[in-house]
Amino acid sequence: MSVISTAMETAPRKKPASVRFREHMRRNRLAYILLLPAILVIVTVVIYPFFYAFNLAFTNTNMYNINSPDKTPQYNAGANFAEIFSDPQFYVILGRTVLWTVINVVCHVSLGMGLAILLNRNLKIRALYRTLLVLPWAIPQVIVAMMWRNEFNTQYGSINLILQSIGLPAVSWLTNPFWAFVAVCIVNIWLGIPFMMIIILGGLQSISPEYYEAAQLDGATAWQQFRRITIPFLKPVLTPAIVLGTVWTFNNLNIIYLITQGGPNNGTQILVTYVYRAAFDYYRYGYSAAFSVIIFLILLVFSLFYIRATRGAGEVT
Amino acid sequence: MAGFFSRARGDSPFKRILIHLLLILACLVAIYPVLRVLTVSLRAGGSVFSMDLSIIPPDATLENYKQILFQSDFWNWLKNSLIVSLSTALVSLILAAPAGYAFSRFKFVGRQPGLVFLLVTQLFPATMLLLPLYIMLIKLSLINTFLGLVFCYMSISLPFSIWILKGYFDTIPVDLEEAAWIDGSTPMGAFFRVILPLSTPALSITALFSFMTAWSEYIIARIVLQNQGLFTWPLGTVTLQGAYYTNWGPFSAAALLISIPVVVLFMATSRYLVSGLTLGAVKG
Repeated sequence: MSVISTAMETAPRKKPASVRFREHMRRNRLAYILLLPAILVIVTVVIYPFFYAFNLAFTNTNMYNINSPDKTPQYNAGANFAEIFSDPQFYVILGRTVLWTVINVVCHVSLGMGLAILLNRNLKIRALYRTLLVLPWAIPQVIVAMMWRNEFNTQYGSINLILQSIGLPAVSWLTNPFWAFVAVCIVNIWLGIPFMMIIILGGLQSISPEYYEAAQLDGATAWQQFRRITIPFLKPVLTPAIVLGTVWTFNNLNIIYLITQGGPNNGTQILVTYVYRAAFDYYRYGYSAAFSVIIFLILLVFSLFYIRATRGAGEVT
Repeated sequence: MAGFFSRARGDSPFKRILIHLLLILACLVAIYPVLRVLTVSLRAGGSVFSMDLSIIPPDATLENYKQILFQSDFWNWLKNSLIVSLSTALVSLILAAPAGYAFSRFKFVGRQPGLVFLLVTQLFPATMLLLPLYIMLIKLSLINTFLGLVFCYMSISLPFSIWILKGYFDTIPVDLEEAAWIDGSTPMGAFFRVILPLSTPALSITALFSFMTAWSEYIIARIVLQNQGLFTWPLGTVTLQGAYYTNWGPFSAAALLISIPVVVLFMATSRYLVSGLTLGAVKG
């Protein structure tokens, strides 16, 4: 047997499939052994639930028929999807989710970039600045949400106290839908800047100062240097960071759920908070599964599109 | 004009002052809310509804800390959180290290789709897996158990750990294993005796991140654990502050006590997380 297979190895092409399979298995046997335990667990906790969610999405499952002897969940021919797409509220929440994501990511990237640029120089206490600025990212999000909720309290929160001390009127932050949305945006912007700042700072430090010196000799303005040197060099770190940041923000349940629960009057509801409440406060399992699938597909299309678009642009320059 | 975007050596004094002012302002914004938690935690019970804005309140007391440490379920919450987080971190690590190594070194069938799938899991909205897992837990009678919660946390920490470790193993030259093979070691032996010991820093960082993810998690724990005795600290701390009743003092004391160790750990390791994320992402 071994004689045959070594003979086969010397012949450069067209090995029979069975031999190729055996060789592949010999070479990769260890890989399959090492992977097996992880794959078993991933199948149980990720892949099976993933397909279960797709299946659930086409049923009318809810808390009352899931374990009941006389009522069983039925397939309902896409009725969940029809309900979601014909509900005007879906489009309002989708629009708000996009707005929430765009506001947050734009502020995270621009303010993070600003701070990274300020930090990217020889400052004596740079490490101290860096440590203090990373703080919002280091605190558990539950605590971040709860502490900000206190600070937005109309009467006793420090935000209104500060506003009043400089002569501005108090704002009813969490009872007015518009201001509640502003409030959760403020919290999430505050929370997300450090991640972008650290990523961008790492990128900036890898750019050789010589490029800037050469550009200055050629008389390039600061803006031109930023556009032609900083941005292109940051692209390899910025692209994945923006995709991750967008997905995390789009899917961020903690902040909105803990501060407003999507209220008042659904005024701060985004897709994930809406579907979380539909699933676990209103027990509409089939409907929520359909909703989750839609959110997932939106993000999948976005990621593919964004990665393709930036990769295309990268090849041109 | 010295390049504003470069690491400037010759910034003018005016510009230096401006830069420091901007950074100090940003630091104030970053730490002010945290200082407020400290303030509120030091207030006496009677002055919960204070409109005072000073950092150390005039009547500072440790009353709230005493109440948290001796009269609440604080220690029980910590114990529960420790059990859940340590289990999540350990199991993730034990499963992810071999898998990450396989992804890094072998061209097995399904490697590329597998890697893409690990990334796609990052796109799932929380309910996408949580809802099916919740139903599975009910059917398996694992609801209200730590095992059930760890089960849910694995769905987040395992793909992430494999990805991070694969990125790290990619940076270790293959020559090291080849040398071990020449010395008569089996591939399996090379992995255990050469690669794993070399990777101790990456392994501990990965375990730490799984630990911290589980440690601070609220949204899933709230669904899986309904029995107050099983509450992890995020659940417990949120109950300290009822929806409408503003019992801020004890909440703030608990929040600070819990955050300090996590914040210190995070500060010490954040740079590794960032390099892990970008390393994996850039190398694909």
